[in-house]
Amino acid sequence: MSLLDLRDFGVTRRGRDILRNINLRVGAGELVGIVGPNGAGKTTLMRGALGLIDAVGHSSLGALSPHARGRAVAWLPQSREIAWPVDVQTLVALGRTPHLGAGQGMRVADHAAVDRAVARMDLGAFRNRTTTQLSGGEQARVLIARALAQETPLLMADEPIAGLDPAHQIATMQTFAALVREGRSILVSLHDLGLAARHCTRLIVIDRGGIAADGAPTAVLTPDLVRDTFGIRAFLKDTPEGLIFQPLEVVG
Amino acid sequence: MTRLAFGLSGLVAVLFIAALVVGPAEIGVVHSIQALVLDGEGPVPLVMREIRLPRAVLALMIGGSLGLAGAAMQGYLRNPLADPGLIGVSGSAALGAVLAIHTGLAASVALGLPLAALAGALIGVGLVMVLAGPSGSSLTLILAGIAISALTGAFTALVLNLSPNPYAANEIVFWMMGSLADRSMVHVWIALPLIAVGAVLLATLSRGLDALTLGEDAAEAMGIGLRQMRLTLIFGTAAVVGGSTAVAGAIGFVGLVVPHLLRPFVGARPGRLLWASALGGAAMLLAADVAVRMILPARDLKLGVVTALVGAPLFLHLIYRIRREGI
Repeated sequence: MSLLDLRDFGVTRRGRDILRNINLRVGAGELVGIVGPNGAGKTTLMRGALGLIDAVGHSSLGALSPHARGRAVAWLPQSREIAWPVDVQTLVALGRTPHLGAGQGMRVADHAAVDRAVARMDLGAFRNRTTTQLSGGEQARVLIARALAQETPLLMADEPIAGLDPAHQIATMQTFAALVREGRSILVSLHDLGLAARHCTRLIVIDRGGIAADGAPTAVLTPDLVRDTFGIRAFLKDTPEGLIFQPLEVVG
Repeated sequence: MTRLAFGLSGLVAVLFIAALVVGPAEIGVVHSIQALVLDGEGPVPLVMREIRLPRAVLALMIGGSLGLAGAAMQGYLRNPLADPGLIGVSGSAALGAVLAIHTGLAASVALGLPLAALAGALIGVGLVMVLAGPSGSSLTLILAGIAISALTGAFTALVLNLSPNPYAANEIVFWMMGSLADRSMVHVWIALPLIAVGAVLLATLSRGLDALTLGEDAAEAMGIGLRQMRLTLIFGTAAVVGGSTAVAGAIGFVGLVVPHLLRPFVGARPGRLLWASALGGAAMLLAADVAVRMILPARDLKLGVVTALVGAPLFLHLIYRIRREGI
């Protein structure tokens, strides 16, 4: 079963092709890392696939009604916006919005989903804290919990771990991996290729508006691709501790 | 939460009764309520039913409208400084009314003034829609509102400038200060349908406003139709503010200060702030209208002046609080 299907998909803005000829299918149980240099079109790919910006070609999510889409995919934007000083619990509960009918209050199942999301992101101690008074990294975790509370088959997250401390970066990737083992899928854009190589089951490299590579991390992160796309040389080794990827120096 | 609801409702009820029993015709509390509720002839039932009841009902409706529209506008724009007048509807309604006074329409045609104000509000909201478009960022809406407000302000000043005599200018200036004095049940019936429709529209925004706490992108991805929200907000605000301004003139600060004051009591949730702010706005305007009758009963103190006098210092206090909390 595919959770996201893009065919001949592209995005054009102000007469310029930002993405073109994208063909991509995400099935259940995949942790897909979207990597690529700045300005390659990672965010545009995800927003276009969601139907938040105009796009050409076919997107299975973009074709859904807004309400159905809210139950099919959770979207965690890069901008960590929290407009009002609401408490953590309230903010996480916003993730239940697509599951509630008009005028319907939170049901037992919705509270349970909020509790699970809070527990997964290790936010139990913060439940009643005011979100706007938390640190940036803590806010990021609260916002991830909000997306988890949506409990959709697919989660799309735009640089969710940027700005987190190492422990919470790893913990978040492990949380994602645990969700994937439960049969859900996650599409996550990352700049940290080390974490991407280690935790993702599949990497998609976006470069110059197209897919430069798509496959298992070891198959994708070849010395040639790393040099051509990212302009760096890196160390890559499959060890008993898992895949190790360490950028070494800028080339060319 | 229920405590806040009961507290605010109780406050509104007490102030509503106070608005009914306070006035220049000195009638006892029991006597006045009796005259209002029971059938009867004579001056007291007439004063109660034809003067005080419409005045109190209008204060309730208009205060509630301004509070509700202010909360909705702040929630949608995610800006605590937003105000229901921001989309230019109160300015254009005021221009319609000022033109009616200037041309003599207000004096020659029954209800010429409120109807002209409503026409102004309608033109204003039409222009805002054309300028800001049905979809797009909140910035275009703010800019369109500012443009309309500035334009209507300029035309209002022009009309004042060209007014044939000081009495006409006086009338215009006093009208613009906002008042509920000498209104009748006819004014209630003019404003009520608009305010009722607008309030229902704004109340439907509750869940969308909550979701917008996370930003437009996240809200849209959760199934919130931003385009529909924007239209609902504009038409809902135009209906309640247009209806209010048409019968009472421009009353400032209620829509700005009340949501601000009540936000901490609803856990900052913009959806809950809607009803809380509607009750709070009604309480503030009822209190202000009682105050204008008690402080300087002989001088016809204008309601908009009192709300500004109370609202501006409250606003200064809020700035102080925000600075102290360092946000």
